[in-house]
Amino acid sequence: MLSRESSATLMSAITAFLYREARLQDEHQYEAWEKLWTDDGVYWVPANGADIDPERQMSIIYDNRSRIALRVRQLMTGKHFTQTPQSNLRRLISNVELMDEQPDDGDIAVASNSLIFESSLRDDTLWAARNEYRLRHVDGELRMASKKVILVNNDKAIYTLSFLV
Amino acid sequence: MNIMTGASPWERLIRPDRVHGSLYTDPEIFEAELKNIWYRTWVYVGHESEVPNANDYVVKSIGPQSVIMTRDEQGKVNLLLNRCSHRGNQVCSYERGNARSFTCPFHSWTFANDGRLVGYAFPDGYEGQDKSQLALGRVTRVESYRGFVFGSFAADGPTLKEHLGGAAETIDRLVRTSPEGEVEITAGFLKHRVKANWKFILENECDGYHPAFVHTSIFGVADSMIGKLYGGASTALTRDYGNGHTEIDLRPEFRKRDAPMSWFGTSEDRLPDYTARMKAAHGDTTAREIMIDGTPHVMIFPNLFIAEIQMFVIQPLGVDDSVQHVTALQFKGAPDLNRRLRQQTMGSVGPAGFLLADDSEMYERCHRGVLARNPEWIFLGRGEKRERQDELGFTVGHVTDEVPSRGIWTHYRKLMEPD
Repeated sequence: MLSRESSATLMSAITAFLYREARLQDEHQYEAWEKLWTDDGVYWVPANGADIDPERQMSIIYDNRSRIALRVRQLMTGKHFTQTPQSNLRRLISNVELMDEQPDDGDIAVASNSLIFESSLRDDTLWAARNEYRLRHVDGELRMASKKVILVNNDKAIYTLSFLV
Repeated sequence: MNIMTGASPWERLIRPDRVHGSLYTDPEIFEAELKNIWYRTWVYVGHESEVPNANDYVVKSIGPQSVIMTRDEQGKVNLLLNRCSHRGNQVCSYERGNARSFTCPFHSWTFANDGRLVGYAFPDGYEGQDKSQLALGRVTRVESYRGFVFGSFAADGPTLKEHLGGAAETIDRLVRTSPEGEVEITAGFLKHRVKANWKFILENECDGYHPAFVHTSIFGVADSMIGKLYGGASTALTRDYGNGHTEIDLRPEFRKRDAPMSWFGTSEDRLPDYTARMKAAHGDTTAREIMIDGTPHVMIFPNLFIAEIQMFVIQPLGVDDSVQHVTALQFKGAPDLNRRLRQQTMGSVGPAGFLLADDSEMYERCHRGVLARNPEWIFLGRGEKRERQDELGFTVGHVTDEVPSRGIWTHYRKLMEPD
């Protein structure tokens, strides 16, 4: 169980998970990425700040689990033209921190920073974000119960964001 | 004016069934558009519900210009230019708030939220100066229609009502969707930037030819009923209201379905509270008609697009740089409907939207495409031979026909040609 894991072991497992997620996103392995989610996963990219109420205010992405599946299915059609051809992507994940090992709900709160270089038909675009996760052990594997991506420039007009961020 | 041919440059560039590609890419044409369209005709700026209380303000725009929409202490809505009358510094750096006055950070000049200069630092240096001559600039004319606030920099010209013409009825239709007859803009805006000319966006809004192809990926996986509305067998219409305003009228299809709320992919059962309020407000028969017809799909020239469930505002920043500001429409007195409108809007539009991510890709590919010099023209002849007049005299065509683009360009030419 979590409480018996040393912080270093847990940190190492979490970092490996985040790197794996980043690689699956960069390489457009949509189905493998979808499997990282728990059944109640929430994928949230707020607009106009970090602390808006997504039930009242517009977000860039605010997907429940079925909408995550829909997003993946659209990407899989090969006719989602904004990703046909796919963006070339590489992202750096850093500043990985364990924010709260044992919150009340048992999920692990983790945060990281990311810097993403996107090369698409339009141009090259740099994206930067704070990522806040709630991770959960499901059948011995880490899974994402929530991922919140706070783009540094989410208060400004931004270009099309059609890859998995 | 070309004296030899008697044709204005605009007449050469804009033909009945085609327009020249340079209209989208020439920086000089873009500058002329700012002068003759954006800084002259009525442009949508904001909604009264965004500044509900005295001293509320929200920063909006007309083209590249920053405009502060304020509600002053008397309750009047003002459109002030975000430029200190001293040295031009922007006096407001926040997107919204509540303030009686704006103090310029450069030399501490202070302006009331109705634009009056109320004070400057070390006033002894301005002995004898008439402060009333140094107010904030303002949009010359401000009018609103059912809460939608428009501004025009022209001192003279058509009234807003005259400008809206036949398209005013679409806004009447929109507000009837609220049991209290009012739209509210309260959900915040997504701001989606594209590297494309603003007219690719404008023309796409009522282009009923593209959805079957551009949006095939989402229609296929989402079991959407939208695709059929834009198919070859659809009875929906395109309409040109004149003055550049265009519509896709989906009511013929919704009336065939004859099912309230089907326009929004839902039913009365799932919105019992809303249905009850609509019947109480309008009576059973009228409520049913409204809930069958749905909300309009109308592009109010040049920048307000009401797309059934959401509202887009087009902002040109440069010849190949544009922003679409988009938010869910919210209807006063309809909380259960509003929640679904926000959810659907977040899924479909904005930078990561299932629909708009592909639309924006098309704007950008078109912009790069027309940089090629040949065949020079954009061909807009679809349905030219089968367009007709409706009972009110407006030109209509099949939902996939290019009636809207032809209407937009006819009005554009009128605005761009010298009087």
